[in-house]
This record gives sequence, C-alpha cells and structure tokens, in this order.
Amino acid sequence: MPTTELLSEAQIWDLLGTIPDPEVPAISIVELGVVRDVKVNGNSVEIAITPTYNGCPALKMMEAQVKEKLENRNLHVTIRMVYKPAWTTDWMAEGTLQKLKDYGIAPPAKLSFAHIHPLSPLVKEPVACPFCNAKNTQLTSQFGSTACKALYFCDSCHQPFEHFKCH
Amino acid sequence: MTTSEALSIYCIRIADNAVILAHRLSEWSGHAPILEEDIAMSNMALDFIGQAQGFYTYAGKLEGKGRTEDDFAYHRDTREYTNCFLVEQPNGDFASTMLRSFFYCSFAYLQFKALTKSKDETISGLAEKSLKEIIYHVRHSSDWMIRLGDGTDESHRRAQNAVDDLWSYTHELFDMNEVDTLLMQEGVAFELAALRSEWDLMVEEVFAKATLKKPAPGGYQSKGGIIGLHSEHLGYILAEMQALPRMYPDAKW
Repeated sequence: MPTTELLSEAQIWDLLGTIPDPEVPAISIVELGVVRDVKVNGNSVEIAITPTYNGCPALKMMEAQVKEKLENRNLHVTIRMVYKPAWTTDWMAEGTLQKLKDYGIAPPAKLSFAHIHPLSPLVKEPVACPFCNAKNTQLTSQFGSTACKALYFCDSCHQPFEHFKCH
Repeated sequence: MTTSEALSIYCIRIADNAVILAHRLSEWSGHAPILEEDIAMSNMALDFIGQAQGFYTYAGKLEGKGRTEDDFAYHRDTREYTNCFLVEQPNGDFASTMLRSFFYCSFAYLQFKALTKSKDETISGLAEKSLKEIIYHVRHSSDWMIRLGDGTDESHRRAQNAVDDLWSYTHELFDMNEVDTLLMQEGVAFELAALRSEWDLMVEEVFAKATLKKPAPGGYQSKGGIIGLHSEHLGYILAEMQALPRMYPDAKW
C-alpha cells in the first residue's frame, strides 16, 4: 500500500509557489496573491482562492493546476472560492513587482483603487516604461490582452508596453 | 416568500442584466472601429460574464434545486429572464453602445457600492469584486461620451441621437417589487429608487462636459423587465446565445 507523505501547511504553500500564473508566468499564483488560505487536515487539504477579475479565464486553469500539483502528492484537495476581501494588486510584494518589471510589464503602483469615484480624475504617478524607465508614457487603452493589464506607449523609446493595472 | 427565495431572484436579476449586456458587447468582437476598442469591449464582456457567473452560482445555491450558472443562462426562456430593457437594446452605432454602457454601468456602480454593505456576506463580497471592475467601465464609457458629444458635428449628432433613443429605458433601472422590499427589511439589499438622484448627477456631469442634452421629463419609459416583460430583441439574443447548449445539452465546455 502506498504511504501518503503528510505535508505541513508551509510545505503546501511552497508547492503552490511553484505554480506559475498562466498569463504572467514570471510570477507564481502565490506571489499574485490569489491563494488566500491553506488548511491541512491529515491528507485532506482545503485551498482558498480568490479571483483577480470575476471573468478571468485563467482562474479555471489555476484551480486545475492547484489540484494536479497536490493530487500528485496523494492529497485530497477541495478548492473554496472566496470573494472577500476582494483581490488587490496591493498584495503583491516588492520582489514580485520587480519580477513583473524584469518580464517587461510595468508593475502597478501601490494605490487602493476601489473607492475612487469613476468620474473623478485619476491622479497618480505616471507609469514608467519597463524598458527604458522614462516617465513620458501615455495610456493607449485601459483594456489589454488580459483583464489585469492596460496598454501604454513610451514616448521616449517608442515601445508599446503593458501595465499591470492597479486594482 | 423567504429571504433565500427573494435573494435568489435578486441575484438572477443582476446576473441577467450582466449576461445580456455581455452578449451585446461581445457582438463587437472583431467589428469595433479600432483594435483597442475591440479589445476593450471584449474585456468588458468578460467582466460581465464573470459577474453573471458569480451571481447565478449563488442564486442556484440559495434556490437549492441544483441549478447551475449554465442552467440559468442557457435553459431559460425570455419570460424567465428578468433583465431590464436597456441592456437588450441593439448595439446601433458606437455612440449608442457607449451610451448604453454609460447608463447601465453608472447604475451598476451605485448598486454594487450599496451592496458592499449588505448583511449577506456573499453578496457584499461579490459586490466588492464587481465594483472594482465596473469603475473601469464607467470611466471608459463616460470618456467616450465626452469625446463623442464634444467632438465633431457628426459624432455630436450621433451621441445626441443615442441619448434621445435610449433615454426611455433608463427609469426602469430603478424599478423594485416585493423582492426588494423584503430584502431591504433584512438589510440584504437597498432601495434602488434612492440611487436615482446620484445617478442623475453622474449623467448631468458627463452630459455637461459632452454638450449633450437630457430629454425633457415625462416621455415614455419602459417597464416590466423584472417581471419578465421584454422588447422583441431578447428572443433573438437568447436564440443565438443558447443555440449550442440547447442542441447539444450534454456538451461540456
């Protein structure tokens, strides 16, 4: 009979930390902040996940990857979807933001976006180009190739680039 | 009616609005005037599909009959849909599409903002999540209304035409019935009519910058979405949206 190696919560967090974000593989789903909680009870594990955006198509893939990773260790996995508190880019650590920048995506500023009135002007730092660091960039569109990114253009090095939206 | 029954109906109403507007926005995929707008409208459609999914799933759980989000979206007919007339209106030109979004999303912004204070944890959570997304939608559509209204003669004419065409579907957004009354008593939902003045202020602020005129009060206003009454357009939307799952009921996504 195969023996099941029991893993601690810390070990599970480490394992989940090896799963890349399907849309931004430079960072893990733990670094992204969507894994909210890990509960271990013998060989049963409950993972709490929160969506970045409601309709993010990568969510199903993240769930499948979490299941696969842990079921390979003979663990019984249940995934609990949590909505509160709502995911925010403020949960990403400095190191994670640097990884985004190194990957060519301008990282989000620390800014709680949630309670700004939608008709008020957006006052924030200009988004620096991830390639040449110039700050004379302009917003092309608030919506990009994935729900979490906006399109920008750098007037200095003339590169279009993506900005991980403050959310 | 129990609180659970009422809340299930209330969730379906929000999800119906979201899924129908999502379908309308997705009709622009591949047809928008510029690539960025194509991507923007598909993104917003996706946000709404996600919102619909969340509210339908919770509605199914409250109802307790085992219905899933797909059962609600694909296996109900027009009279069972409770969305408002506004979201089912055809896309028309770009100005009409942007105005429809601006009217609806300004309302949804106020509704979600109120619902973040709901005593029901799931509702306040879903509202908090959706609120962040809807803020982008209001920004996007209001920006366009100002650019079109205060743009060329042609864009102004089209924007004003859109206002005159769609105004008669706006009062209905704030309609309530016994479902709302019950949920208001429980602190789960809030009085929509009370959001009307704030919505008017948002519209007036954008219209002033856009040099657009609000139609005179007293004209025709649609009524009845929440009890399953609809314009002829909804049937065509459902025919397209539901064709595949109805032809192949055992198909897996």
